[in-house]
Amino acid sequence: MATVQQQLADFPVAEAGGRAQTPFQRFRADFFASRLATVSLYVLVAIILIAVFAPVISPTDPYNLATVTVLDARLPPGVKGSDGITFWLGSDGAGRDLLSAIFYGLRISLGVGVISGLVAVCIGCVVGLTAAYFGGRTDSVIMRIVDIQLSFPAILVALVLLAILGKGVDKIIIALVVAQWAYYARTVRASALVERNKEYVEAAKCLALGHRRILFRHILPNCLPPLIVVATLQTAHAISLEATLSFLGVGLPITEPSLGLLIANGFEYMLSEKYWISFFPGVALLVAIVSINLVGDQLRDILNPRLQR
Amino acid sequence: MSVFVIRRLLQSALVVLVMSLLVFVGVNVVGDPVEMLVNPEADQAEIARVVQSFGLDRPLYEQYGLFLLNAFKGNLGLSFVYGEPALKLIVQRIPATLELALAALLMAIMLGIPLGVFAGLRPDSKVSKTIMAGSILGFSLPTFWVGIMMIMVFAVMLGWLPSTGRGATVNVLGIDVSFLTWDGLAHLLMPALNLALFKISLVIRLSRAGTRETVLQDYIKFARAKGISNARVVLVHLLKNILIPVVTVIGLEFGGLIAFSVVTETVFAWPGMGKLIIDSIHSLDRPVVVAYLMIIVLVFVIINLVVDILYSILDPRVRLRDVKA
Repeated sequence: MATVQQQLADFPVAEAGGRAQTPFQRFRADFFASRLATVSLYVLVAIILIAVFAPVISPTDPYNLATVTVLDARLPPGVKGSDGITFWLGSDGAGRDLLSAIFYGLRISLGVGVISGLVAVCIGCVVGLTAAYFGGRTDSVIMRIVDIQLSFPAILVALVLLAILGKGVDKIIIALVVAQWAYYARTVRASALVERNKEYVEAAKCLALGHRRILFRHILPNCLPPLIVVATLQTAHAISLEATLSFLGVGLPITEPSLGLLIANGFEYMLSEKYWISFFPGVALLVAIVSINLVGDQLRDILNPRLQR
Repeated sequence: MSVFVIRRLLQSALVVLVMSLLVFVGVNVVGDPVEMLVNPEADQAEIARVVQSFGLDRPLYEQYGLFLLNAFKGNLGLSFVYGEPALKLIVQRIPATLELALAALLMAIMLGIPLGVFAGLRPDSKVSKTIMAGSILGFSLPTFWVGIMMIMVFAVMLGWLPSTGRGATVNVLGIDVSFLTWDGLAHLLMPALNLALFKISLVIRLSRAGTRETVLQDYIKFARAKGISNARVVLVHLLKNILIPVVTVIGLEFGGLIAFSVVTETVFAWPGMGKLIIDSIHSLDRPVVVAYLMIIVLVFVIINLVVDILYSILDPRVRLRDVKA
């Protein structure tokens, strides 16, 4: 009894002075300790807000044929257009305001990246947990498939699929999911292997809980930290991959102008020194990718148990 | 050892077989094989001829067998656009892609190792911090966008380098190479740097980490205590020891260079395999697409096999673990 009481006393319940921190507070303090990570997080939040509210905050609707005129085509940044709107970042080959087009493009790019990431996380979790929990033949067969897939670069896997499937939003999401799931499966399996042998799993097994419940309610929550880190960095990778494939003309159709397609559209005007049509969408893409990567790096530093202070 | 090699060979053959099945299913079941293999402008007689030669009137498993048989013979159909065997078209483009990839590999080594070693030796200096920030950018920048910006700056604005194409080539042992002429070199510089950018960042990080670990070792301290010049300590004692992981990773990443050359070749209109596949996808030249998919899978399986075997020679633990499993 005494030991239990002692343990309770050691447990950091809110003390009188309120000094004790919940794990989340400690996590938050660790995260904001780095100025670079803090700035990246704010930038990332801003980008997500822009993507979500693009139709509301864009100066013009770049895909409304009634308001876009070819008279405004290829105006340099800062020039006023025919109906009095200033094109702060210039206009593209069809006379669309580039700033608005970038807002809408972010929406599509982030959307495709996040949706494909979520689907890939789900598949990766199920596969990785299954491999780790059941072990033996199941494990070696699954991991052999994962290893073989990871020996091909992601861009090649996606390119092969898209060459067969053709263009389309659904198709690029499928391609990105197939290109990514193996990373998640490997991550989840690695941490689930460690968790599997812990006492709480044994306790759950003694209670005769079902496999599914043990896997998803007991093991999975404890595998989340590395998964979150990989998911963050992998999302940046997916966004970059989608932009690349769309630029190559094998990704999204012209009806879904992501940042990659905007850059591709500007490419033909490059040789006549109209740099802004490709330059600004690229900057937007770069800012999005770098901010996600920096946030992911900071998360990795905090969540890595080996670096725990 | 032979058990390991045989296992890996069987596995590679299995991967090629599975991929051929996937491509076959993609072409013949998901899509319409007649539409895929016959030129849209062909007449009835031509359609009948192709249906006959590919056995499209037979059951599916027989069709797959024929597809494999034809693939083994190197018959993957005629290109609609060029009217030549698809396989021949791709094989002709391989030297250009290899030249680009090798040039990029060389750049990654020549630039990445010195910069990384410097950053590792003086981790707190301003220059090192700039190098490391640059390597973060190198990881994040989308390759194709950097390529466009390079063309913008160096070809359009400054006019220093040609924007696209391969330039003059010299025929050496039946292979056209461009690095032997000044014009070819000028054309090669930008695409190679563009392709190398990501790998340069990678090599910088690896050599920096290696250097920081190695300078703390006793043999480096001992070499310094002996009074050996700083240059010799760095160039001989240190460099030899950090090279092992760097060379391994560079070898592993060579496949990645070939995959990413698709992007660089498209941006710089470099006449390699990657540009051919993208052009073929756009012009619906399906026999070339199918042939490219089969060849690229074969190339990667071979690269992976070679890397695996080399690895098992360098590190016997890999081989032992695999045989046990």
